[in-house]
Amino acid sequence: MPSSRPRRVALFVTCLVDLFRPSVGFAAVKLLEEAGCTVEVPPLQTCCGQPAYNTGDRATTRAIAAQVIDAFEGYDAVVAPSGSCGGMLSHHYPGLFDDDPSMKIRAENLAGRSYELISFLVDVLGVRNVAARYDGSATYHDSCSGLRELGVKAQPRNLLGSVKGLELREMKTPEVCCGFGGTFCVKYPEISNAMVGEKSADIAATGADTLLAGDLGCLMNMAGKLQREGSAVRVRHVAEVLADMGDLPAIGEPERS
Amino acid sequence: MESTAHAFKANVDHALADPNLQDSLAKLKVGFSERRRQAAERLPEFEALRDRARDIKNHTLAHLDFYLEEFERKVVGLGGHVHWAPTAADARRIIAELCQSVNARTVAKSKSMVAEEIALNEHLEALGIAPIETDLGEYIIQLRNEPPSHIIAPAVHLTKDQVADTFLEHHAKLGFDKRLTERNDLVAEARYVLRQKFLDADVGLTGANFLVAETGSSMLVTNEGNADLSNTLPRMHIVLASIEKVIPTLEDAAVLLRVLARSATGQESSAYTTLNTGPKRPGDLDGPDQYHVVLLDNGRSSVLGTEMQDILRCIRCGACMNHCPVYGAVGGHAYGWVYPGPMGAVLTPQLVGVEEASNLPNASTFCGRCESVCPVRIPLPKLMRHWREREFEKHLTPKAVRQGLAMWSFVARRPALYRRLTAIANRALALFGRADGRYGSLPLASGWTRFRDFPAPQAGGTFHARWAKRKA
Repeated sequence: MPSSRPRRVALFVTCLVDLFRPSVGFAAVKLLEEAGCTVEVPPLQTCCGQPAYNTGDRATTRAIAAQVIDAFEGYDAVVAPSGSCGGMLSHHYPGLFDDDPSMKIRAENLAGRSYELISFLVDVLGVRNVAARYDGSATYHDSCSGLRELGVKAQPRNLLGSVKGLELREMKTPEVCCGFGGTFCVKYPEISNAMVGEKSADIAATGADTLLAGDLGCLMNMAGKLQREGSAVRVRHVAEVLADMGDLPAIGEPERS
Repeated sequence: MESTAHAFKANVDHALADPNLQDSLAKLKVGFSERRRQAAERLPEFEALRDRARDIKNHTLAHLDFYLEEFERKVVGLGGHVHWAPTAADARRIIAELCQSVNARTVAKSKSMVAEEIALNEHLEALGIAPIETDLGEYIIQLRNEPPSHIIAPAVHLTKDQVADTFLEHHAKLGFDKRLTERNDLVAEARYVLRQKFLDADVGLTGANFLVAETGSSMLVTNEGNADLSNTLPRMHIVLASIEKVIPTLEDAAVLLRVLARSATGQESSAYTTLNTGPKRPGDLDGPDQYHVVLLDNGRSSVLGTEMQDILRCIRCGACMNHCPVYGAVGGHAYGWVYPGPMGAVLTPQLVGVEEASNLPNASTFCGRCESVCPVRIPLPKLMRHWREREFEKHLTPKAVRQGLAMWSFVARRPALYRRLTAIANRALALFGRADGRYGSLPLASGWTRFRDFPAPQAGGTFHARWAKRKA
């Protein structure tokens, strides 16, 4: 391994993965370790601050950002299994401290070593294939922040291409938002429902038996809609399939006893 | 135009229950974005042109006073007149006085969102002056007494059948008593009816896509040629434009035109691009005797130098709404005022007040598709977030949201407490029926569970709890 490769990686778990789907975090750890990284999970992390940021509460956002900056000091890289949280750290934190030069420097430093998981594996670590098997067909939804802020588009598809037994089927509009939008989905549930309804129709039209994406919020939204509609499509985080953990119960499926 | 932006949520319910609107939106969502994508792909320098377009507008906004005064000097030198209208009321008064000065009875209008902004038609009608919309879409909605639902396709919310019914209702008295079904026949009928109105008009009123400072020209693009008839046939031509439409040179206009039509409709160029440069000169075969430009501020100058300034770059192509999934779900009328979609969600709070339009910048997932297609690279999600910040500062954010956020923030800033509470939440959620893997309803989450199941957490505790065990 070249010496310039980041070796000591901190996992930014994300609040949704922590609470609802820890397997995504463990899948991320597995993928990072297999790529040669030492993974640590800084204990003082909670959330990236988007609920406050997107509600317009700048003071709270800054406080939480400062906490994250402290918690992730000193690691070679900070990696999140989410384009939304990853983008918050890498694209939005510095702008919070325009009037605080010393914090701005620290925020820019963190931003410069913060990544979304799949693009980190492919673009930084040069991972080209994974040792995983998933018998079935999947369609991949491009979550908005990952796609438009971080350029995550080809990377997950390329890695999924190396999963044995897996066939990828594209939606007509994989880049259109699923209607989650954080608090948007409960502040404007009717609009959100119209959006996710369209998404579920696009997913169904692919005929794929599995839906994958890189952000748990979007996945919970789409899984909830598909299941309410009685769809049999299984919904998983892309990291789980890449880490060969595709045999776990899917999102919203009961635990097996 | 009277704002109903405060009733956004009711407007949304109405829009989602309107099958004609949903039919029209289904077509719009596919058509516009696909054509724009193809047009952008066909032009290798398109992304570089977007940068240049952004830079031109930024430069102009940094020297707006200079270019406006330069534009005025050129127009006056050509024998035209420039009228400065600080407010909508000023613009209405100026235009009414101009119309009355030539005893105008009818005004032929080509599509102008600024005219909608100042509610010009209602004002002229009250004075006994008949405004006649000559853009086909504007004409249709004028007959139906509806506001526009899109800035470049004002009748895009209607189906062909609805238009056929409207024409039959209003044209029967002119002898057109057959209900038409073909698109071309509908256009031909409108064309015939409108042609006489052009010839009768005393005043032609147009908007402007750009005002060119170096020549004093106003520039208009249309696909119907209606603007050309509006500004050449009547004796008086009035251009109504907001101050940020000015640009320095014709060369700048060429850059902006190259991104405008591609972003709007996917055309390389609109069918008609017209420059109006002063009144009719000796020897000209046609043109107006009088040429007036009304420059509207209406709050725009107060945006200069603020964090919202980027919105003044907008060239009104409509790409942001064409690509917006929220606009695509509810259409333009739900936004409640002249400017819908992402650019409207930023501009409307500025022009009608953030109290009135507080929902608009909140009704976005920040998916960023608008910014990704904006020809002048306006960071629309960022500007919507700025509005949310101003609402939060003014305590306009709903109380329940503020309280929920305050509680969450108290916990999120205390990692140890957060850890204990998420462990409890994890167990509590499990009690609600982990056996099914999801919940059909959940207390405090009805906004979610009305339409979606809510996935249950995985068994075995939170990630952090399990990670701690693994490390132990």
